[in-house]
Amino acid sequence: MKRLPASLVIGAVLTLFFVVVALLSLGWTPHDVEDLVIAERLRPAGPDFWLGTDQFGRDLLSMLMVGARVSIAVALVAVGIGVAIGVPLGLAAAATRGSLFDEVIMRGNDLIFAFPSLVIAILITAVFGPSAFNAILAIGIFNIPVFARVARGGALSLWTLDYVLAARVAGKGRARISLEHILPNISSLLIVQATIQFSLGILAEAALSYIGLSVQPPTPSWGRMLADAQTMIYTHPMLAVLPGLAIVFMVLGLNLMGDGLRDMLDPRLRRVRA
Amino acid sequence: MLRFLLGRLLSLGLSLIAASLAIFVVIEVVPGDPAAFMLGLNANEETVLALQQELGLTGSKAARYVAWITGLLQGDFGTSYTYRVPVSDLILQRLWVSLPLAAFALILSTAIAFPIGLIAASRRGSAADFSIMGGTQLGIAVPNFWFAMLLVLVFAVKLRWFNAGGFPGWEEPLLALKSLLLPAVALALPQAAILARVMRSALIETMGQDYIRTARAKGLTRRQVTLRHALRNALIPVLTIIGLQFSFLLAGAIIIENVFFLPGLGRLIFQGITQRDLVVVESVTMLLVFAVILVTFLVDIAYALADPRLRRRG
Repeated sequence: MKRLPASLVIGAVLTLFFVVVALLSLGWTPHDVEDLVIAERLRPAGPDFWLGTDQFGRDLLSMLMVGARVSIAVALVAVGIGVAIGVPLGLAAAATRGSLFDEVIMRGNDLIFAFPSLVIAILITAVFGPSAFNAILAIGIFNIPVFARVARGGALSLWTLDYVLAARVAGKGRARISLEHILPNISSLLIVQATIQFSLGILAEAALSYIGLSVQPPTPSWGRMLADAQTMIYTHPMLAVLPGLAIVFMVLGLNLMGDGLRDMLDPRLRRVRA
Repeated sequence: MLRFLLGRLLSLGLSLIAASLAIFVVIEVVPGDPAAFMLGLNANEETVLALQQELGLTGSKAARYVAWITGLLQGDFGTSYTYRVPVSDLILQRLWVSLPLAAFALILSTAIAFPIGLIAASRRGSAADFSIMGGTQLGIAVPNFWFAMLLVLVFAVKLRWFNAGGFPGWEEPLLALKSLLLPAVALALPQAAILARVMRSALIETMGQDYIRTARAKGLTRRQVTLRHALRNALIPVLTIIGLQFSFLLAGAIIIENVFFLPGLGRLIFQGITQRDLVVVESVTMLLVFAVILVTFLVDIAYALADPRLRRRG
């Protein structure tokens, strides 16, 4: 058994921790996050409220737990959109390399890359109204060209290899070769990219919900907690510190996991690093 | 080179047309029509009709698109519905905050990233390299608006060295720069972390090339080789990232300007959205996209000047 990269282990443990917390929040939180108990407002951390309460008397720990669920759900579905649309496009573009279709796909990609993503996300949520669904859509659209590009790049190098040639000689069509031979061999590339996009999605969701364009109250989210904490920063800085730390550790975990996966799956990089 | 330049110019033009169409379509699909959307539910029919007239909503969509684009080309960005002034005036005022902020942040992030990346690459595997790489991982994971709040907490609330926000105007340049310092640091730090990592890996890759070995073999010191040969060749990927970061800085500024109450373009577009002022939103978005596409174009040209091999690709 080879030793796993340290970054992979640390990253996976961090990520798993947040996933477990998010799943747990589906069934149990210490308090109801929609309970506004003014009498209990701004409590310090203690036995009743482990991390204290905010200015509306909501339990901070419970909000952080639900926030984890919201962040993960939004980022995960946005990655799903990118993979589901981007990968087939990238594979098809590679299979028809140099064709008009390939050209259109790649130029379209360049165009989407040219847009400042947050500006467009803001535009979309502004026009269609702020909601978790529109935040997912706005983040997901920018994942499509990323996955299309990675899939195409990986696939292009494979199309020149002998075993693909053998499959063509055996009479398999381009679509079938893409599915049966190319896709499995670029899966490690895609997995690494998915972790990166996942972490970017968490950051983007935090930014959108911070300016009030993602999930709407009463559902809490990390970004919105930060926005609410901003006016309280003079007297109760912990309200602003804790949600930020949650974002940092979640993103850090995913990034470390992505780095570790890349080291493990790409032997060339391992050699360079050693 | 001429063919390359023409090809790039053509794709610049096509990108701009496609981008403007995309923005126009998104604005067009707002529920109801733009006039009704801007005025909200309680507007009476006459006001809606009047605004439709004013916005030229009575013509066909194609005619409106052409009118919008020809207006933009002539510097006419329309009239803001909420402020009742030409959008171009609003943009010009705000540019004096946003551009200096973005430039300040870009300079800061480059100034931080270059030495750090250089140290990490030249002492690869050392404790310094290890802690720099760890630090940059952290820098990437920190949302810039949260970092901005922490800066306010430490430097404005606890130490009282800075104001928590606001902008005094350029009449007093030093005060103005001071009020842009915290926002610029907040914007720059995550970008610097990314840039330092790119710098490090680009340098390491270049240091493995044959011509570096040749330079060492002919008797240049490690330091001379790094500064004279490796650094220059490692600059290409670094330039790409700096170009890309411009768009992140513009977008990031939207949120940072809101944290620090800076009257910049980001705050303008954000206010436009909350006040449903679609004229402002449409034109400012187009301006931001134009800036990004233009920077990408300039980076492409800079490459071609730096590396003749790239000119052959159309």
